[in-house]
Amino acid sequence: MKILMLGWELPPHNSGGLGVACYHMSKALAIAGASIDFVLPYSAAHSNADFMRIHSATKLSPDLKAHLGSYDSSYVFERNLDDAMNPNSLRGVQKKYVEFVEKMAPEIRPDVIHAHDWLTMEAGIRAKELTGAPLVVHVHATEYDRSGENYGNPIVHEIEQEALLMADRIIAVSQLTKDIIVQQYGIPAELVEVVHNAANLDDFGPYTYDKRNYKYLEALKYEGHTVVASLTRFTVQKGLTHFLRAAARACEKYDKFVFLLAGDGELRDELIELSADLGISDKVFFTGFVRGKQWRDVYSLADVFVLSSVSEPFGLTALEAAHHDSALIISRQSGVGEVLHSSLKYDYWDVERLADQMVGIALSPGLASDLRNNVRNEYARLSWNDIADRCMRVYRHARSKVLV
Amino acid sequence: MKKGVVVYLHVHQPYRVRPYSVFDVGQSHDYFGSFDNADVNDEKILRKVADKSYRPMIGLLQTLLDKHEDFSVSLSITGDFIDQAERWTPDLLDGFRRLFATGRVELVAETYYHSLAFFFSRQEFEAQVNKHRERVQQLFGITPKAFRNTELAYNDEVAKWADEAGYGVVLAEGWDKVLGWRSPNYVYQPVDTKNIKLLLKNYKLSDDMAFRFGDSHWSEWPLTSDKYIDWIRASMGDGDIVNLFMDFETFGEHQWEDKGIFNFFEHFVAEWIGQGNTFYTVSDAAQGFESADVISMPDTVTWADTERDLTAWLGNSMQNEAARHLYALENDVIRSGDQGLMNDWRYLQSSDHLYYMCTKWMNDGDIHSYFSPYSSPYDAFLYYMNAIRDVRWRVMQHHRLGGFYPPKLPEKNSTI
Repeated sequence: MKILMLGWELPPHNSGGLGVACYHMSKALAIAGASIDFVLPYSAAHSNADFMRIHSATKLSPDLKAHLGSYDSSYVFERNLDDAMNPNSLRGVQKKYVEFVEKMAPEIRPDVIHAHDWLTMEAGIRAKELTGAPLVVHVHATEYDRSGENYGNPIVHEIEQEALLMADRIIAVSQLTKDIIVQQYGIPAELVEVVHNAANLDDFGPYTYDKRNYKYLEALKYEGHTVVASLTRFTVQKGLTHFLRAAARACEKYDKFVFLLAGDGELRDELIELSADLGISDKVFFTGFVRGKQWRDVYSLADVFVLSSVSEPFGLTALEAAHHDSALIISRQSGVGEVLHSSLKYDYWDVERLADQMVGIALSPGLASDLRNNVRNEYARLSWNDIADRCMRVYRHARSKVLV
Repeated sequence: MKKGVVVYLHVHQPYRVRPYSVFDVGQSHDYFGSFDNADVNDEKILRKVADKSYRPMIGLLQTLLDKHEDFSVSLSITGDFIDQAERWTPDLLDGFRRLFATGRVELVAETYYHSLAFFFSRQEFEAQVNKHRERVQQLFGITPKAFRNTELAYNDEVAKWADEAGYGVVLAEGWDKVLGWRSPNYVYQPVDTKNIKLLLKNYKLSDDMAFRFGDSHWSEWPLTSDKYIDWIRASMGDGDIVNLFMDFETFGEHQWEDKGIFNFFEHFVAEWIGQGNTFYTVSDAAQGFESADVISMPDTVTWADTERDLTAWLGNSMQNEAARHLYALENDVIRSGDQGLMNDWRYLQSSDHLYYMCTKWMNDGDIHSYFSPYSSPYDAFLYYMNAIRDVRWRVMQHHRLGGFYPPKLPEKNSTI
C-alpha cells in the first residue's frame, strides 16, 4: 500500500498533539508494510523517521512555522490560495504546499491519499483530482473545536466542509469528533470511522524523574501540597480560565494546592492576570513552553492532571499523564474520556464540580491511588499497531469504493 | 418430612447520596435523595419499584398463600426500606403485615441499615440488629428466629454470634469452594455452635430465576416451570431441600413482568405442590431436618460476583478508606446523642454506597455488570466522602474536636 501522507508537522518540530499522532501512526503503518511519502511544509532533518520518505514543500525552517500560528485560524483571510500574496503567511505557505503536492503526487502515483486536518485538506483534494486515488481525511480537530466558545473562521470552516464532502472516507479521533462532523458538517455517519489515538510507551524510553527540575514545587509537595497540573497550548479551546476559577474555588475549601500551568499561547497574559484577580497567583506556576525532560517532569510532578478543554477531539496529554502515574480529571468535552473510564469527568464550564473533584482527590489518598492504578490498565490497552490496522482497513474500503 | 423448596426473598432500598459537593459540607446536611437528579431520587425510585415489583409480588404471594396450604415463604426487610416505605408507600407495609398474618411467612432478622458493621464494630452491629428486631416487632408483631447478615456475608464468627444470640438458623451462600463434594440441599450445622442450623443458597437454581430468566441469549431460554421443576428434582437427588434465595425485586424489577416472571412463579408453585411436594420457611426447614454435616467457613463468603467474597464492597482503596473514615466516627457520633446525626451516619453504612465505588468491572471492561446511580465509581466516592466530612463537621459542632485534613497522598513511583 503506497500512501501519500499530507501532514503539517512531526516531532521534534511539533507544537501540539497533531505531529505526535502523525509520527506514531506513520511508524505503525510502515511496520504494517505500508510505503509512505510524508509531505511537510518546512525543511528539517528528521533522523528518527527513516521508516518513510519525507518531502519538504518549502525551504522554510521549522522555526518560521511556529510564528505562522498554525493553530490560529484568525490570520486566515484568503479563501482562494491564489490570493495569498505574502509567501511567509500561513496561506502563503499553504499555497506552496499545494503547488508542491500538485507536482509530486502524479509522480508518486499513490494508492491512497491521507490528509491530516484543514491545513493539508486543499492539497489532499488537488492530489485526488490529479491522481484519481481515494482521499482519506483524518480529523484531529475541527475549526469548531479550535474556536472554543467563540465562532471560528468561516473560511476554515468552508475548507473543511469541502474536503469532508470530497473525502472517500473520514477518520475521526473520537465519537465526539464524529458527532461534530455529522451534526455540524452534515456528513453521513457511515462515512466516518472512529479511531482513537494511543500513547506510545516505548517512545517515552527509560527515564528517572529528576526532583531538582522543579525544586520549589517538590518542596511544597513534601510539605503536603497537592500539585494539580495542566500541560497544553494556552488558547480558548483549552478552557483554562474555567480551570483557574475552579482552582480559586477549591482553595476556599482546602489551601494546600499548587497549580502548574505548563505551556504557552496567546492567552498567557490573560491567565496570569486572572490568577492575580482571583487572589491565587502565589499558588499558580507558569512554566512557559516545555519539552524533553522538563516536559516529562511536569507529568511526574503532577498528582492530578486536568484536561480542561472546551472541545477536545482527543487529548493525547491525558494518556501521557496516565503513563506518568497522575490521577486524571477530564472535561466531558474531551474525546480521550471515551477510552479512559478511570478518571473524574466534568463539564468544562462546571467550575463548582471541578473544584469539588480537586479537593476530593487532595483529601483522599485512596481515591488518588485507585484512579492512578486503574487508568494505567486502560491506556496500556491502546496501541498504535491496532490503529494502523484500522487505517489499513479504511484505505482498502476507500479504494474498493473508488475502483467500483 | 416431604421434600421442600425454601424460598427466601430480600427486600431493600438504600438511601442514595445525592451529588453532594465539598461546598455543601458544613452548609446543608441533606445527603440523601434529590428531586433534581432522577438517578438518586429515592422517592421516585421507590414509587416506581413499588408499582413494578412490590405491589404485584405482594399480591401474588397473598394469592398463593390463600390458594395453597403448602405454600410458605421467608422474607427479610431492611430498615432503610421500612423507613422509606413509611414515608412514601405505607400500603406496602400493610401488604407485608397481611402476609405475615397468615402465619406462613417468616421474617428473617438482619442489620437495620443493611450494613457490613459486623466486620467493623460488633457493638454497632448488635445495636442495629436490636433496632431491627424492635422495629419489626412493633410493625408486624413478630420476633425473628432466623438471621442473615447483609449480602449474606457469612463466616464462622457470624454463626457463633447468631447462635449465642439465640437464633435457630442462619443463611449463607452455598459456594462450591467451601462445600466441596457436599450439596447445598441439606441442613447443616456451623462449626463450634450449639443449637443453630445453617441453610445454604442453591446458587445455580436461584440464579436461573434471579439473573438468567429473561435473558433471550441464554441457551435455556425461555425457562418454563416444567423445566425448572425437572432441574430442582435433578439437583435435589437424595437431598431434603432446595434453597432459593434472591432479591424480592427479582420479581418485576430485575426480571420484567412482560417476560413472564410472575406467571412463571405462580405456575411453578402450583405445579410443585400439585406433584405432592411442599414449601418450607427457613425455620421450618431447619427444625424439620437433621444436620447432615458440620460446616466451617473461616473466610467470609457473600452472595456476590464470581469471587463470592467481600471485594465488591471492600476491594479497592476508595472503599476501604470510605469504610475506615465512616467507622472511625462511631464513638463521637454515638456520644453526641443527636438522633438525626446518628441516623444519617447509619444510613451511610448501607453496603450499597460501597458497592457503587466498585472498580472491578474496569478490568474486564464490562461496564454494565455493576448497577449504580452514578456516572462512575469515583463520583460515588467523592459525594460519599463529602457526606462523611459533613458528619465529621457536625460531630465537631458537638464535641469541638475532629478535623478536615487527611494524610499526604502516597509517594509516586519516580522510575517508570
